[in-house]
Amino acid sequence: MSKISQYWQIAQDTLSGDQNADRVVPPSGYTASLTTFVSFAMAFLTVFALALFLATGRLADRWATELAGTSTVRISAPAGQMDAQAKTVLGILETTPGIASARLMSEDEQRRLLTPWFGVDLPMDNLPIPSLVEITEEGVGPDVNGLRLRLQAEAPGAILDDHTRWRRPMVKAAQRLRLLGGLSIGLIVGSTIAMITLAAQAALSANGQVISVLRLIGARDNYIAKAFVRRFTIRAFLGGLIGSLIAMLFIYFLPAVAEEGAFLTGLGFQGVQWLLPLFIPVIAAIIAFVSTRFAANSKLQRTA
Amino acid sequence: MIELKRAGFSYGGGAILADVDLHLTKGSFHFLTGPSGSGKSTLMKLCYQALFPSAGTIKVFGKDVRAMTHDDIAIIRRRIGVVHQDCQFLDHLSLAENVLMPSQVSGRDLNDDLQNMNQLLNWVGLTKQINSLPPQLSGGERQRAALARALILSPDVILADEPTGNVDWEMGQKLLNLLIELNKMGKTILIATHDMNLIRVAKPQVAARVLRIQDKRIVAGGADL
Repeated sequence: MSKISQYWQIAQDTLSGDQNADRVVPPSGYTASLTTFVSFAMAFLTVFALALFLATGRLADRWATELAGTSTVRISAPAGQMDAQAKTVLGILETTPGIASARLMSEDEQRRLLTPWFGVDLPMDNLPIPSLVEITEEGVGPDVNGLRLRLQAEAPGAILDDHTRWRRPMVKAAQRLRLLGGLSIGLIVGSTIAMITLAAQAALSANGQVISVLRLIGARDNYIAKAFVRRFTIRAFLGGLIGSLIAMLFIYFLPAVAEEGAFLTGLGFQGVQWLLPLFIPVIAAIIAFVSTRFAANSKLQRTA
Repeated sequence: MIELKRAGFSYGGGAILADVDLHLTKGSFHFLTGPSGSGKSTLMKLCYQALFPSAGTIKVFGKDVRAMTHDDIAIIRRRIGVVHQDCQFLDHLSLAENVLMPSQVSGRDLNDDLQNMNQLLNWVGLTKQINSLPPQLSGGERQRAALARALILSPDVILADEPTGNVDWEMGQKLLNLLIELNKMGKTILIATHDMNLIRVAKPQVAARVLRIQDKRIVAGGADL
């Protein structure tokens, strides 16, 4: 029998087996409450770390996609020369390698872009607002420096605004933040393992008399270990479940970020991602099961 | 049943027992005497594998204890009932649950042993205390409860380490009578005691062999009784 199927069998026995077995361990004791609390706290934190991980992932993806997309040419010229310069710019862009398409943005589109800053009643006609040409890039994109020089020579009022470039460090930052979220999850899992192992070891030490009585009357190590493992597994699961549900509620009731300006895509879950936190109690139970089993086996092996 | 050959036990560099030879045959009754600290309890522990010999061999039910795994020891202990002077129980469980615990840990059907338990508690006179918690029992009651627990699986051997140490003379005699009765049912009994009066009382009732630990070895004792 492989190690995994052996553990699966033990897990089944532990959870479905003799329910009286765990009564041999006294119900009181701080270690039991500690396990529930640790599991609760860690699950709560894991949900937030997971939300951060997913949100920063979405942010990095969105910004990375947009990076591969577009740049803009801004044309600032006297009213009489605006159309001529726009025409020149479009002509230059059409013949520039690395540019899939270029189009002059309409007044309505520009108004929509400015609305967040100036409101809906912006008198566009009275303001010297530059014209914008949206460029869709292809392949590795155009030779930006060469294009700038050409625009400067042929349409002096045109400035290539490589506006997507500033997002590179932002994407990098988002990716780092994602890594941080992943690391946090790893650290939380590691801490949970350490805390539950310590709690299990403390429980085993505190119940030395229980172990010696059980040994005296012919209990196998597996029986004794199961009594502790079952208790810790169930407590870790319950703590994890409560922690996850409360954290999910907090996240659900966070203000919708899109309404505030959509700078971030929102710390939270989308669609089926809401199912992910529900795996946390199961993982907490698995951690408790393996940690307690390990602690119990070590302790029982050391004692006659 | 239990056989020690030139068995010795050392702790922290000092020998506690040396060259001990002992053979507990089926249905035999032995008293083990000796002054306090002579190694009686150590010898008892060697018999039920709470300790392992540092020299010589010990065979329990034909199997060398050094070759035993933890699981083997657990199985062996179901055939050996142990009663200590300071009996330990699971203090959060009732007397009934404690007495039934050996059945539970060995995976037997508890319903089958319920009747056994009631008979045993009746036999040791603890029927009224069936729902009491161990800390609520007196010293004598705890000794009798330990005896009931030791007997629930109907073991072949009963090892009693100072079973009358914490009880008055009357209760001590009562416990002794219970052990003699068990011996008459074919159980092998080894009682460690420093109470020579107890042995005097037992002698007319049972063919007991008296052993004495002297200078870390077992010698025949009881000639003066």
